[in-house]
Amino acid sequence: MAAPYAKLPKWVDYGLLPLINILVAFLISGLVVWLADESPLKAAGLLIKGAFGYGEGIGYTLFYATSFIFTGLSVAIAIHCGLFNIGSEGQAYIGGIGVALACLAFDSTLPWFLVFPIAIVGAAIFGALWAFIPAYLQAKRGSHIVITTIMFNFIAASLMIYLLVDVFKPDGTMAPQTRGFEVGGQLPRLDWLFGIFGIRTGAAPLNVSFILALLSAFIVWAIIWRTRLGYEIRTRGFSPTAAKYAGINEARVIIITMMISGGLAGMMALNPIMGDQHQMQLDFVAGAGFVGIAVALMGRNHPAGIIPAAILFGVLYQGGAEISFEMPNISRDMIVIIQGLVILFAGALENMFRPFIVMIFANLQRSGSSKALEAGE
Amino acid sequence: MNNFAIELQKINKSFGPVHANKDIDLKVSKGTIHGIIGENGAGKSTLMSILYGFYHADSGNILIDGNETTIKDSNAAIAAGIGMVHQHFMLVENFSILENIILGAEGGQLLNSGIANARSELKRLSDEYGLDVDPDAIIEDVPIGVQQRVEILKTLYRGADILILDEPTGVLTPAEADQLFEILELLKQQGKTIILITHKLREIMAITDDVSVMRRGEMVATRTTKDTNVEELAELMVGRRVLLQVEKGPADPKDVVLKVENLNVRDGRGVPMVKDVSFEVRAGEIVGIAGVAGNGQSELMECITGIEHAESGRVILNGEPIGVTGSSDPSDMRDRGMAHVPEDRHQMGLVLPFEEAENSILGIHQRPEYNKGIFLDIENIRKDANEKIEKYDIRPPNNRLRTANFSGGNQQKIVIAREIETNPEVLIVGQPTRGVDVGAIEFIHRRIIEMRDAGKAILLISVELDEIRSLADRVLVMFDGKIVGERPPETEEGAFGLLMAGIEDGDSAHQNGEAG
Repeated sequence: MAAPYAKLPKWVDYGLLPLINILVAFLISGLVVWLADESPLKAAGLLIKGAFGYGEGIGYTLFYATSFIFTGLSVAIAIHCGLFNIGSEGQAYIGGIGVALACLAFDSTLPWFLVFPIAIVGAAIFGALWAFIPAYLQAKRGSHIVITTIMFNFIAASLMIYLLVDVFKPDGTMAPQTRGFEVGGQLPRLDWLFGIFGIRTGAAPLNVSFILALLSAFIVWAIIWRTRLGYEIRTRGFSPTAAKYAGINEARVIIITMMISGGLAGMMALNPIMGDQHQMQLDFVAGAGFVGIAVALMGRNHPAGIIPAAILFGVLYQGGAEISFEMPNISRDMIVIIQGLVILFAGALENMFRPFIVMIFANLQRSGSSKALEAGE
Repeated sequence: MNNFAIELQKINKSFGPVHANKDIDLKVSKGTIHGIIGENGAGKSTLMSILYGFYHADSGNILIDGNETTIKDSNAAIAAGIGMVHQHFMLVENFSILENIILGAEGGQLLNSGIANARSELKRLSDEYGLDVDPDAIIEDVPIGVQQRVEILKTLYRGADILILDEPTGVLTPAEADQLFEILELLKQQGKTIILITHKLREIMAITDDVSVMRRGEMVATRTTKDTNVEELAELMVGRRVLLQVEKGPADPKDVVLKVENLNVRDGRGVPMVKDVSFEVRAGEIVGIAGVAGNGQSELMECITGIEHAESGRVILNGEPIGVTGSSDPSDMRDRGMAHVPEDRHQMGLVLPFEEAENSILGIHQRPEYNKGIFLDIENIRKDANEKIEKYDIRPPNNRLRTANFSGGNQQKIVIAREIETNPEVLIVGQPTRGVDVGAIEFIHRRIIEMRDAGKAILLISVELDEIRSLADRVLVMFDGKIVGERPPETEEGAFGLLMAGIEDGDSAHQNGEAG
């Protein structure tokens, strides 16, 4: 009835457990591949090769990871405040408006390094405003943030269809998208940077927003663990009653945290819009907001964990594309199943293997300490 | 042939690195009341959980009536004749007493026959042991004392010969506690064996035949109760001599610092919890508010400290109203010189996953000395935390340790240190020593007296009558949201008990007491 208790060493908690979760996810994924009459080993090889085997693959992996870092950070900071923001998807989508407006206004007059900061601010503001409404409803009216942010994803999707079809679409074109940006609205690739290390990223759209993502991870870390605001966020997240006791204005903290969260999600839009497509297209977020939930869960809501988790999902996206390209029996949907399994094991079933590991460590520690005792006596 | 109802031999139990029970030997004679005392974390609850099948011992033997028995779960414990009355009752609130008693022992898929049998059996048990209850009353309608009787009846209904009671008097009024002791005495006369776990030495002296003392996972002594005394037991518990009586001189009250006028407070559900309460606290005195838990003390405290707002009335601090009906908030109260040691340190006074240093600034984290612009001045926070750790002897002295890993007493010291070191004019203290070991109690009490002697106004709210009587200079008794009386602390306990039960004078007390 009572589980033996042991505090796990950090390397187990942050390293071994996620590793076991991923391995099990891959084993079951292998079963799926095998059922589709393909060789799981060959698929695994393709996955690795597709993601890391050549320069362009690495470029794509990190390009996808860039988006996931932003959305992962977005989910994580909200969780530190005890808020489950499922709306990163919608906030990123709306954030695109800020990027598009900045680019459409200045792309032919200003160089990219001046348009970029404007686009960053625009993306963050639009994302933050989209998060503000659910935050306000939670803080002042007690409407549950999970429900409202989910609904706001749908509203964002509908709103963007309207905007892209009726507002942003240039006259005389058929596709629901903005016009293409001039050079001022195009972020430089990072091929030169990787070129230094002898990696040729080729056509991969990896761009400077990757560096912005890494910088954001550091800033989020500093906010959460080094500022007074972060202290209030964590106090509210761990114990709303203690926050009340401490005189922390709960409504204010909830609203600010959600706006930071929405702002980070909004910044995700920079990567595909300004970095890759050089125009705002329909559905450019493509699920990155939801992947952010899994990334945050897997990265234990710590920026240092979110970056590797985001890269792992980048691997799945890029390597998965490679598999479906090479293996006729594995469709794109199959890759989604495999990604789903990883999310399931890494996120939702995170605690499935924990009791076993804790038990093993409890026994190890006991035998260890009794040995120490015997040795001492 | 021995006549021990329970014999434990060399019981060991570890949780990871924590050795909760070390080579425990315990012999409980049949038909006696055996007390087990020890500080929090001494291993009492673990030991009883092993006996009741919640935990399994790593090694050691359990003998019931001289026969070696393996207790693999609570069903096995019940089969072996062991019954347990938990500190927090395990009752279904919206079931009747009878339904609660047969819960888990319904005797078949259809309830009717089971209920009929249970009804007659319950009547027999009630008569035999003087446990008078109305079988059809709904649990949530009956007083706590009766709920506890139901718990005892549940164990008897299942045929228990050995009863374990875990801190049974924590939720009772003194009168209810006395009734409980009468019941236990009766049960003993009927041949039942009773194990009483408590941290109240007075109860041990009043009712037990034998007493065993636990300290840090070990059974340090077993005594015959009539051959020992409170001082010896306290010393055994703590491992050194303890001052049980708080030493304090007479109070020297000065000006009124805190004044509460006609305060009315409703809780979240709109139920009036504080009704027309008025009192004042002067500089240099400790005013105690006694009462059984749940009579409005918590709401009163949260209202005075700005956490919740009142429906009507005024709270005046240093001559200025604090806006208690709408605008007051805790950080404003702190700025005006109030400090607050909350009743519930786990939920309110501390954020348990935080490092010790982070908790040492909770509520005062916006003060300039802890900040550099938007950043926290972590260096200064740690330095400050270390000073408090040293001054208040918080152990282990590590400001990076997670607060949850400190013992109850040290956690409370973290709160006390933080609040007292703000050098407040008024100190509002709730349950300062709940779940705190004897050594730390002594320390905390001394600090509170020092604050008084330094001319601070102190409002002390506690459900421990002993604590109120030994610390306070004036005692107000709260019942059903109202202040029902003020008495000097020397007033005898019985008189307080009647007030706490809402009975104003001796005569009517008698009848109401019987009915209640």
